[in-house]
Amino acid sequence: MKPLLEVKGLMKSFGGVRATDNVHLDLAKGEIHAIIGPNGAGKTTLISQLSGGLQPDAGTVLLNGADITNMPAYKRAKLGITRSFQITSLVMGMSVLDNVALAVQANDGHSYKFLKPARSICHIRDKAMENLAKVGLRKRADDLASALSHGEHRQMEIAIALASEAELMLLDEPMAGLGPKESALLVDFLKELKGQRTILLIEHDMDAVFALADRISVLVYGRIIATSLPDEIRNNDDVRHAYLGEE
Amino acid sequence: MKNMTKTGWITLLGMAALAVLPPYFLLNGHAFYMDLATRLVILGIAAVSLNLLLGYGGLISFGHAAFIGLGAYAVGIPSYHATWGGFDLIASYNGMLHLVLAIGVSALFALITGAISLRTKGVYFLMITMAFGQMAFFLFQALDVYNGDDGLTIDVRSELPFVNLDSPMQLYGLSYVSLAVAMLLVKTIVNSRFGMVLQGAKDNNERMVTLGYNTYFYRLTAYVISGMMCGYAGFLLGNFTTFISPDMMHWTRSGELMFMVILGGSSTALGPILGSSVFILLEEVLSSFTIFWHLPFGLMLIGLVLFVRGGLMRLFKGRGE
Repeated sequence: MKPLLEVKGLMKSFGGVRATDNVHLDLAKGEIHAIIGPNGAGKTTLISQLSGGLQPDAGTVLLNGADITNMPAYKRAKLGITRSFQITSLVMGMSVLDNVALAVQANDGHSYKFLKPARSICHIRDKAMENLAKVGLRKRADDLASALSHGEHRQMEIAIALASEAELMLLDEPMAGLGPKESALLVDFLKELKGQRTILLIEHDMDAVFALADRISVLVYGRIIATSLPDEIRNNDDVRHAYLGEE
Repeated sequence: MKNMTKTGWITLLGMAALAVLPPYFLLNGHAFYMDLATRLVILGIAAVSLNLLLGYGGLISFGHAAFIGLGAYAVGIPSYHATWGGFDLIASYNGMLHLVLAIGVSALFALITGAISLRTKGVYFLMITMAFGQMAFFLFQALDVYNGDDGLTIDVRSELPFVNLDSPMQLYGLSYVSLAVAMLLVKTIVNSRFGMVLQGAKDNNERMVTLGYNTYFYRLTAYVISGMMCGYAGFLLGNFTTFISPDMMHWTRSGELMFMVILGGSSTALGPILGSSVFILLEEVLSSFTIFWHLPFGLMLIGLVLFVRGGLMRLFKGRGE
């Protein structure tokens, strides 16, 4: 089967630093592919190039076989790529429900509609509420986004990614800053999504990674040093040396 | 009516006062207050239009006075040629033509300058909009046909069906209704799907782009709408003062407009009007005491901005609003 996303020879440098160094990667439809690596390995840089926030210096990105390397971020979103942010990125001045509704609205035709009050459009509000309920934020729907806790913000990020109905979700450390209980809930939740969405997961929480991932790639200094099944990664000497630590 | 907020009631009350008081003063022989109110209401429309960008879009446009000037010259130039000949294409007293010109030219100016300005953000956006405003200012200053710096007197006001603009009462009526419509229009736009995108991009543009919104074009649309409304305010102002000059477009005028919005409270419906009222009344009262009125005026404005964060509307807001 053709992979959903193919990355070939991706390169990106900032000054003298090679943040992405000849990265080859492919994501099969429906898989959860985790990327692990030490801090500064270039994980977020890689995601930004896939979502369109950053332009690579060289290499190609193919979505369903079509070249999207030079496509702006908003067009990629329309094709079904969404991302969450490592550092929470929400519309803080709006309500929780409004935030998710904006994601639903983005897939509901163009938004050059000036007359009808957006908050009275039932199918958008209902769908947004549905996705909030999925992540357990139904009760906070009418609160201002800025009033929520860090953990709840992470949940909002997931609700927004879900509401955008993207085929490919790029999740940048969704568990960052979550307590063990919240992390476990999120892991269960992502497990349920398995097979329905294709997920590229960047995560430092190794329990979460090994619980979720179908395949794991290890990124060190911008290079992928191994891509394999979780068990093989666990036993790979290079990986242990570079990242997991030897005990 | 039951779920009206406190600010909603204040807005209604303020608008009711503007509907009743100025005509009352005029009928009792105080034409001066009517004049003041007319200026206030017209500048209020301009401030409301700026609020769409500044308050809801987070786009600090520092060249909005250019639209007022364009709207005013759209009355002055055709009227001038109708009186003194030449430029037959537009020479006319017809108010509908003036209106179409005012709004059309403003839209075009907004489209062109906005398309360029919106490629920048923050302070750069502010500087580039100011530069475009100054370009309009210098252009009209250089146009000797229309007396350049000395300005142009409008001998005949726009001729509109149903309304006689020579009557202060009718001119005020038209301005007042226009203000109410402008406020409703902005409120409707802000609450629409378009408005949600605009406000989302103000707060977090990256998020909106990631969701699939090409925010550049949404902002450009808002810029054009705002420019058209402001051009319309210029059309009214030209007919009100019957004297127009490039000075209307000077960057300090844009600054005043911006000040009105921030003083009253940006991203509120009544804020810009409250701001323009306080601004114009203070200016009037202080200048009657001393010719050095700019100093106390400036100090008071600084004090207001420092101590009433979020604008005067904040003073009226109930808890949890």
